Amino acid sequence: MLRLIGWMALLCLALPVQAALNIEIVGAGERQIPIVIPAFEGEDKLKQGLTSVVAADLVRTGLFKLVDPAGKSPHTPQEVNYAQWAGVEALVVGRTRQQANGRTEVEFYLVDGVKQIQLLGQLVSGHEEQLRGIAHRISDMVYEKLTGVPGVFSTRITYVNRDQGKFRLVVADCDGYGEQTVFASDEPIMSPAWSPDGSHLAYVSFEPGHAVVYVQSLVTGQRMVVAKFKGTNSAPAWSPDGQQLAVVLSRDGSSQIYLGRADGSGFRRLSFSDAIDTEPSFSPDGQSLLFTSDRGGSPQIYRMSVDGGVAERLTFDGGNNFSPRYSPDGKGFVFAHLSGGRFYIATQDFESKQMQFLTEGGWEKHPSFAPNGKLVLFATEGQGRGILSTVSSDGRVKQRMSAQTGDIREPVWGPFLK
Amino acid sequence: MKKIALSALLVSLLSACGTVKNGPTTTTFTGLDSANATAAPASAAASTPSSAVKQVEADALDDPKGALASRSVYYPFDVDVVQAADRPLVAAHAKYLSEHPARQVKLEGNADERGSNEYNLALGQRRADGVKKLLVVGGAKDGQLSTASYGEEKPKAAGHNEAAWQQNRRTDIKYQGK
Repeated sequence: MLRLIGWMALLCLALPVQAALNIEIVGAGERQIPIVIPAFEGEDKLKQGLTSVVAADLVRTGLFKLVDPAGKSPHTPQEVNYAQWAGVEALVVGRTRQQANGRTEVEFYLVDGVKQIQLLGQLVSGHEEQLRGIAHRISDMVYEKLTGVPGVFSTRITYVNRDQGKFRLVVADCDGYGEQTVFASDEPIMSPAWSPDGSHLAYVSFEPGHAVVYVQSLVTGQRMVVAKFKGTNSAPAWSPDGQQLAVVLSRDGSSQIYLGRADGSGFRRLSFSDAIDTEPSFSPDGQSLLFTSDRGGSPQIYRMSVDGGVAERLTFDGGNNFSPRYSPDGKGFVFAHLSGGRFYIATQDFESKQMQFLTEGGWEKHPSFAPNGKLVLFATEGQGRGILSTVSSDGRVKQRMSAQTGDIREPVWGPFLK
Repeated sequence: MKKIALSALLVSLLSACGTVKNGPTTTTFTGLDSANATAAPASAAASTPSSAVKQVEADALDDPKGALASRSVYYPFDVDVVQAADRPLVAAHAKYLSEHPARQVKLEGNADERGSNEYNLALGQRRADGVKKLLVVGGAKDGQLSTASYGEEKPKAAGHNEAAWQQNRRTDIKYQGK
């Protein structure tokens, strides 16, 4: 059991006053890339800054150290005087132009400060309300070029906001901005699950007086019931091809896992334990399911084939384990561990069977991986309220985002947008 | 010994005839008053064609001090079996339901927050289903009973402490229309 703690730095980002969330980052990677991102030419005339968003994105990963441009402002690779940037390994420079049709054109470059060469040059354009999205695209390209791993800055997250008996299912950018309410109710909402293409959410709503599974389109807003049997219908999980839905039903007794089509037809029982079997998570290849079961006396993580059959117990460590989710590479899983009255976020890989704590413990629940596997999103508490938090998958960098109102519950990181 | 047997006989007679509101010899035997009081709800609830009696009929559900006044069953952590202390309560509701077949009850299971939301939802469902089974054993009909779980979603008490948790590990017996 390896506990990864030892936060190396504390960094607070100043964000615009209209921010929906306050973001605080703790920790840093072992080696950070010194990067400078001077304001783009013409950026000050735009409704939304770009470089501040790019800088926040990159710093949040813990892999970058932001260097102050100290008044210098090159906008193209030709304007970069390398002698002035000793120790800076990467520069992001650019220009913006507002076009007659209301669109904004952004020209940006990534420059290697050591080799003194241009690594990227791109022209991106969009409407005024797409400026944050453009900035996230720039972050994705810069991150991938410098780390070799696809960036997740353009992806979205979903969560439930509970505020004084009102429940809202929310979709937001992964940095917490651009919050949109997908569904609101006076009854609880639980367990949102992204379809693999990011176009739909499955979730549990109690509006009929018991837990029922719905699927809602994020494009048209249309929603339909997919599982409404007597008792509890819950814990929806999409198969990687989006064709099937695993759900948990209590219609035949204790809560068990069933597999059916994504339209809610043809549910057949997969688990047969008489105990609680819940929280199914598909493997990336669609062949296996992880799930939580108390069949052994306490809630632990198990794995079984999607064809059913014998389940293999995966967690044995003292305490209870819940909410397993496969890592995107399928080599391990993240889960919530409860012991000594505290919840921790932990990972375990299938080969070593070693459990690794990513957090120091608290009220930390419902983890999910970013689609590049580098970050884990989970629910925690700050000042007595439920808030969002992320931790890098090596446990080094932690970020907390607190909403202005209500409790944030059950966050899930969405897929890459195709 | 004889006294007890006699009073028991009288109580059953009172219950059986169901129309006697003022027992003829209530002062004769000690212990009869309290026994009579216990018998009264059953007596009042028994169907009778007498309109004079109908006026004084009271639903045992409305008696704030009666056996049906308590409508919640409590559990230890991560347990879904009704505890011995709560079995008489469930039995009393079962008896009432068997005598009032038109009554509908929704059993709502709840859990404390020490678990994942989904695990707690399943645990709450097991709690509600466990109460349902006991009610059926006690004479209630399946059709009178529905179950739902709210898991940890609707806590009665807030706070990460045992005082709050023990209130949240609960099945509520909710009479519909009451």
